[in-house]
Amino acid sequence: MALFQLTINGQTKEVEADASTPLLWVLRDHLKMVGTKFGCGIAQCGACTVLLNGNAIRSCQLPVSAVGNQKVTTIEGLSDDGSHPLQQAWVEVDVPQCGYCQAGQIMQAASLLNQNSNPTDEEIEAVMNGNICRCGTYLRIKEAIKLAVKNA
Amino acid sequence: MSQIVKTKLGRRSFIKRSALATGGFAIGFSWLYSCEQTPKMVLELPDEWFNFNGYLKIGDNGVVTIMSPNPEIGQNVKTSMPMIVAEELDMDWAKVIVEQAPLDTSLYGVPFISKIAGQAEAPRSGMQIAGGSNSIRSSWDALRLAGATAKDMLLQAAADMWGVSKDELSTENGYVIHESSGQKEHYGVFAAAASEVAVPEEVALKDPADYKIIGSSKKNVDGLKIATGQPLFGIDVMKEGMKIAVMIHPPAFGMTLKSFNADSAKQMPGVVDIFQMDAYQGETQNSGFDITAFRDLVVVVADTTWQAMQARKAVKCEWVEADDVKTKISFFGRDTYFDFPKGLESTAAQNEKLNAAAKANVQTARRDGNPEMAFRKADRIIEKTYSAPYLAHNTMEPMNFFADVTAEKAHLIGPIQTPSIMEPSVAARLGMNPDQVHIEMTRMGGGFGRRLYGHFLVEAAAISQHVSAPVKLLYTREDDMSCGVFRPAYQATYRAAIDKNNVVTAFHVRAGGIPESPLAANRFPAGAYDNYLAESFTVKSNVTTGAFRAPRSNFIAAAEQSFLDELAEAIGKDPVDYRLELFERAIKNPVGDRNDYDANRYAEVIRLAKEKSNWGTPKEGVHRGFAAYFCHNSYVADVVDLKVENGQTIVENVCVAVDCGIVVNKDAAINLVEGGTVDGIGTALYSGLNLKQGAPQQTNFDRYRLIRHAEAPKAIEVHFVNNGMSPTGLGEPMYPPVMGALANAMYQATGKRLYQQPYAQNLDA
Repeated sequence: MALFQLTINGQTKEVEADASTPLLWVLRDHLKMVGTKFGCGIAQCGACTVLLNGNAIRSCQLPVSAVGNQKVTTIEGLSDDGSHPLQQAWVEVDVPQCGYCQAGQIMQAASLLNQNSNPTDEEIEAVMNGNICRCGTYLRIKEAIKLAVKNA
Repeated sequence: MSQIVKTKLGRRSFIKRSALATGGFAIGFSWLYSCEQTPKMVLELPDEWFNFNGYLKIGDNGVVTIMSPNPEIGQNVKTSMPMIVAEELDMDWAKVIVEQAPLDTSLYGVPFISKIAGQAEAPRSGMQIAGGSNSIRSSWDALRLAGATAKDMLLQAAADMWGVSKDELSTENGYVIHESSGQKEHYGVFAAAASEVAVPEEVALKDPADYKIIGSSKKNVDGLKIATGQPLFGIDVMKEGMKIAVMIHPPAFGMTLKSFNADSAKQMPGVVDIFQMDAYQGETQNSGFDITAFRDLVVVVADTTWQAMQARKAVKCEWVEADDVKTKISFFGRDTYFDFPKGLESTAAQNEKLNAAAKANVQTARRDGNPEMAFRKADRIIEKTYSAPYLAHNTMEPMNFFADVTAEKAHLIGPIQTPSIMEPSVAARLGMNPDQVHIEMTRMGGGFGRRLYGHFLVEAAAISQHVSAPVKLLYTREDDMSCGVFRPAYQATYRAAIDKNNVVTAFHVRAGGIPESPLAANRFPAGAYDNYLAESFTVKSNVTTGAFRAPRSNFIAAAEQSFLDELAEAIGKDPVDYRLELFERAIKNPVGDRNDYDANRYAEVIRLAKEKSNWGTPKEGVHRGFAAYFCHNSYVADVVDLKVENGQTIVENVCVAVDCGIVVNKDAAINLVEGGTVDGIGTALYSGLNLKQGAPQQTNFDRYRLIRHAEAPKAIEVHFVNNGMSPTGLGEPMYPPVMGALANAMYQATGKRLYQQPYAQNLDA
């Protein structure tokens, strides 16, 4: 066990955990921030996606010891009140069915828009391809990303 | 015309006063988590609530809380069921708070209408269940009555208060109006008095033509919570002192635990306990819904998930082949036995068994006319065999459950489609009375049938009892995908006899599976052919299976619709026109009297898809396939448009026509149809699970292929038949037919007929 100081959603958090503990479980178990979801544990589904310095990563694969002073953003920190253009677009387009994968989808989309403020359909499809939605809401995810671009 | 109906459903008074929990959010569990709840509550809560019935309470400020009775698995019932109550209450939807109802079948249980698993009789008792695309259909009357009764009581109270006749009053958007005097007050003004009014014996239900909420589009009531990552799911449950449990199950079906050594694992940080557990004590599993192939588990309990997962790796288990296992099941009061024959099965050997059973072990389910004679006299015979592998449900939220078991009670929280069925199972395992067991429903990260089967919930309870602490049991993805309850593996052979005039003179289907047959002998095209033979066969296995989105239909639809496409081509007819011709026959002069579909509605939905897709008008570079199917009381027809680019087939568009009766929440219904269409295409193209020596060969998403974003259709258009009929199912019926339409479009694009799912594997080969 070791003590780690993390910057999550702009706040400094101290966590005592085994160095190998993935960021996902530090968030969920230690910090009780459960918006980030467990889906596969092998970076194949995208449910655990968070931002590291603004770029999407799979938090199930990143040991807490490797986070260092990089800035972590989770779905809880994307906005204070659900006002991020992507969150608003997700509500407006009424994307979710079961909703479980959507936090990961939104974080992946946020990463995309950080790098490319006006992606084409093909660019959206390529970047979002690592995030599985078992309910099949892909068309609405794409529509919501485009709406967020429009409203940003 | 409004309709006057009794407020009693069956023998019992359905709408009765209830001691519904008071306070806005007293129901449900308190979440332990670190961030503040966002977004802020939109509605101001009243000072006092007044209970009308189990479904609703009205606040003194006119705000209404409506309970959603059934589990939410993504099918939108948490929004659409309360919409039905609000409609009959004549309420302003903007002033409605929706809550998940507690599990209380005396308040919310409605008889489950359709049969379970196509075999057993429907249970008579009331249930709160997400299954069989039945939530809206089963509760349609109860939900309307709940709203209409409360509205009637409000009108009575207003009439008394204002000293006028009830007949002079009307309602609108949560207000009572006395037109001649100009008085108008919101429901909250009358709520206290109205909640004391005697429940009326008869109430008027609205004419569907007057619906304002039903048929409109209302946003998912949890939409913002989902988009902001708030805790909603079972896996998010946290309680003070809670431990995390993971389990180790045998690596293959047909194996069981011989011994284990956890000496070093027990020394690892955070480990609370490691022990062996029988999921069931004695020979009886309590219902068909708690069945599991793996009774013998090694359980690892630790402080955190990662600690539990790490310690698990250090446990050394020795497995041995199991003997035949016969398990007694008390299925809705009837004792039956479930066989787990010994052996380590592989997919290739299973397929050989299916082939053998198809020749030797066949039962006739329906026989019209003299099909044998027709085949003997045939000018030619077409015969094709279709197959599909096991599927894992793969809900994105893996199986999990929270349990806090003390000497006095068992408190369980989590994702389960059949909470009311599982309570007795948990009680039996713990040695408690069912009334000591309390299950709370959470939003579910997908169901697809998997969460009808609650062995994980029984396990969680037994683990909590063992370690005397609150526990959350979590299945890893590998556990989840390899522990069974799969969609059965299926096979079907279709034959048609054709005479020299290109008339089909007999139709024969022989369908089987492991362990059940997908045959629906009385569905179309039964009734459309004079000579018809439907047969089934089964093969036993120790691999557990269960209901999977549109059970049996999820295979047989594509097989049947692919065959009809090939048959139409063989006799030189347009595939859509040929189907309509068959329905014409089934409408005018049906063969047999057991046909379980409405040929008029079936034909109508086909005509709608034909019209909306401009079927028969070829488009440059577009290859089209058609299919239609009826299941879960709804009718769906699909036209799939494919393009081929750089040797890759791309689904450009799917035109879906749906007859599910009255559509409650329009945009959510469209969403559901879109999703089920994507799911169907994904299943047919990519998904499957194989066995080698009893071990599933796909245990995570690196090898089990689910459809991904870039593979989804570029567009899906959804058209509903507007016939004003009572609502039927919508969670499942769109899923099966698109697989057939896809196969038929692929044939047009590639010239190759597809017989084995997943099709993509077949194309690669």
